[in-house]
Amino acid sequence: MSIAALAQSMGITLRALFSKPVTIPYPDAPVPLKPRFHGRHVLTRHPNGLEKCIGCSLCAAACPAYAIYVEAAENDPENPVSAGERYARVYEINMLRCIFCGLCEEACPTGAIVMGYDFEMADYRYADFVYGKEDMLVEVEGTKPQRREAKYTGKPIRRGYTVPYVRPELEGFKPPKTK
Amino acid sequence: MKGMQGLGVLLGVLALSPALAAETAVAEATDPLWMVGLKAFLVIFGLLTAFAYMTLVERRLLARIQIRQGPNRVGPTGLLQPLADAIKSIFKEDLVVAKADRVVFVLAPMISVTFAVLTFGLIPFGPKDAFFGYDPWVIDLDVGLLYVFAVSEIAIYGIFLAGWASNSKYSLLGSLRSSASMISYELALGISLLAPVLLVGSLNLRQIVEWQHQNGWLILYMLPAFAIFLLTSMAEAARTPFDLPEAEQELVGGYNTEYSSIKWALFQMAEYIHLITASALIPTLFLGGWRMPGFMEQIPVIGGIFSLPYLWMFVKIAFFLFFFIWVRGTLFRLRYDQLMVFSWGRLFPLALVWFLLSAGVVAFGLPLSLLAWLSLASLVGFLVYAAVTARPDPKAPSRLGNRGGVRV
Repeated sequence: MSIAALAQSMGITLRALFSKPVTIPYPDAPVPLKPRFHGRHVLTRHPNGLEKCIGCSLCAAACPAYAIYVEAAENDPENPVSAGERYARVYEINMLRCIFCGLCEEACPTGAIVMGYDFEMADYRYADFVYGKEDMLVEVEGTKPQRREAKYTGKPIRRGYTVPYVRPELEGFKPPKTK
Repeated sequence: MKGMQGLGVLLGVLALSPALAAETAVAEATDPLWMVGLKAFLVIFGLLTAFAYMTLVERRLLARIQIRQGPNRVGPTGLLQPLADAIKSIFKEDLVVAKADRVVFVLAPMISVTFAVLTFGLIPFGPKDAFFGYDPWVIDLDVGLLYVFAVSEIAIYGIFLAGWASNSKYSLLGSLRSSASMISYELALGISLLAPVLLVGSLNLRQIVEWQHQNGWLILYMLPAFAIFLLTSMAEAARTPFDLPEAEQELVGGYNTEYSSIKWALFQMAEYIHLITASALIPTLFLGGWRMPGFMEQIPVIGGIFSLPYLWMFVKIAFFLFFFIWVRGTLFRLRYDQLMVFSWGRLFPLALVWFLLSAGVVAFGLPLSLLAWLSLASLVGFLVYAAVTARPDPKAPSRLGNRGGVRV
């Protein structure tokens, strides 16, 4: 370590001192996420409004954490829920067990389950971590605690992230507006 | 030097009692005793507040050096962080180790912080009667510098006793290591100051400032002494390149391993107060104290602000505090043997040589400019040395030997 190198390193730190901090003050400012972030799952729909999920349980079979529970039922031909023969009558993911690996998304033959962006799922009761269809369908905004809070306060749901764009698999999903 | 230190300690202890000090060592006892007491209170209060905010400033600046934001949650932009820290450290569980020597264990941090606080009052902040008609210093001792070093050295006892009273081998080893390094650096520190003292002919801080006002800043004549003093005062305050006393990254701690809660905070306090005192002493001794150079006061219109009391002293203190934080944000910690080699092998001989040179200049009545030229020559020599060593030959065997072709 020479004296010149010491002087040089002092210069580096001085320059760093006047540079903008990279810190994101998270609860105050949203986190910029990448489009392929593995967040809370989204159950997507076809453009005509039918659910993509056909209740085949391949996701549950692929899940390394045994976090997914699917109960399928026959579609009513008059008024179908999904585009296939059957649909998922019950579709639950235990977010405490889920490791957000995305294998369910890879296993899904219809592209119904897609990893989304929500990650603020901290809650109080075990039961509240089991997300059903009503919590994961593509039109649902935010997570369970966020929606509960919005209901109590009457304010719009506040999601703490931004994404530059939503990847095509998540068609129909509305991310928070990027500034 | 040892003898001088002993004498200094003795004088320091004597000067602790204001009554005794008033009879023996005060040059011009002009202020009434109640005023001295009030100023002492103000200095201690100011030092403790400065310590609290120094921790915040340091954390913020270090964070910015690491491109982070630092603590900004408590109060507006984190301004109440020191308060939160204080509350936390006071109400934390205060452990006393079962086999510790309870009395000494409790006493050690108090010794550290008490003797750290005692030296700041000597530093002049302005001309006579600048503090609402009173003197802007607490006490004006003729043995000024000697007192400063005698008293601040007693703080080492705090460290040593802390390690010993903890009755833990790691604390003891840490405290031995710290006291050894501090005493080693004390040597170079003391000798580096002999040269300016010899040149000025006084140990009185106020007279040193006055001399600099008439003859120019001492840094011009005493550049090597300034450099050595800067480095050694970093070691004295246990700052980063030399902060082995509490190498928190690689050791659990040093002498303070067994300390918790407010006792630990007192050690921190002592360390920061040493740092603040050092950053006040360096400008007082080498950079003209509270004054700016005489020629600046001659500038029309704005010349007046260069002779303002307080202002420039605070600016200079702030600069050196920033410098110390900057160094902490940049440099790594020296290994213990490097620490000792640097002190005994480099700084100590350099301080001695410079002392002999300037003693020669003073003894033979040579002109002052010769010292300035010598300072300049040493600066040039240093720069040449820096340039020569800038790019070490990668094939050359390193000092630790070539191990597998990697230069260590």
